[in-house]
Amino acid sequence: MNLQILLSIAEPGLNHFLIVSALLFSLGVMAVLSKRNVIMVLMGVELILNSANINLIAFSRFTALSLEGQMMGLFVVILAAAEAAVALAIVLNIYNRFNTINLDKISTMKG
Amino acid sequence: MELTTILFYLFSAVTLGAAAVMVFSRNIVHSAFALMFSLIGVAALYVLLHADFMAATQLLVYVGGILVLILFGVMLTNQGHNTGFRAGSVNLLPATLLSVTAAAVLIYAFVTADWAITDAEGLTETVHPLGMMLMGDYLLPFISAGVLLLIAIIGAILISTKLSDRSENSSEI
Repeated sequence: MNLQILLSIAEPGLNHFLIVSALLFSLGVMAVLSKRNVIMVLMGVELILNSANINLIAFSRFTALSLEGQMMGLFVVILAAAEAAVALAIVLNIYNRFNTINLDKISTMKG
Repeated sequence: MELTTILFYLFSAVTLGAAAVMVFSRNIVHSAFALMFSLIGVAALYVLLHADFMAATQLLVYVGGILVLILFGVMLTNQGHNTGFRAGSVNLLPATLLSVTAAAVLIYAFVTADWAITDAEGLTETVHPLGMMLMGDYLLPFISAGVLLLIAIIGAILISTKLSDRSENSSEI
């Protein structure tokens, strides 16, 4: 039953967008967990934020959430921009100090 | 099959394929460009969801802003000729297990949940109502977001320049 829903080439409904966003989220988690380059981890975080945004906007299209969902998505984009700017400044600072951006080698504060 | 259906599958394939290339590529510059295609695919999905203003914002902020910022980060933290933008993977097995589990649980929850779908015909135009909401109910968050962006700009400048100033001063002393 569920498999049929997944496999049917149907007109895209709410579930289709939610599945795309779930797959995008899992790819973002994969990038965050398996990469040791700080910038790759940041790109994974951007993927995760985008998947959350797809969810918000899909719900705003298909449910009674209406435009409120798009408004939340707008604020997510604003926060993502601020986060990226500050995070990359921190990465540049780390690179100046440690001369590496490998997460496993930045371990000064490790007990 | 309708055109929107074909476009949906095309753009979700572009989004997910580019995201997969981003995650599994060994070259970090290739990853950044794959991320660009993924973000453009997400913007196209927004258009299919009748969210035209969100799509334009996505293109302007993500593709035009954040991606350029990330590329700057890649170039400025380049490890030099010996590594050549390499970014290998570690912990592949636990990471794969966790992300596959997350995807399976999420998809199961999404497919089995009984969403209260209303057959709304989709708004024809979102810019005007969004603007009215921003100047009405959402005025305080809107202004706070502006202040937050100002703080983020100042903070980013301070964080990324402070260290070099201090090291110059200490070397002079």
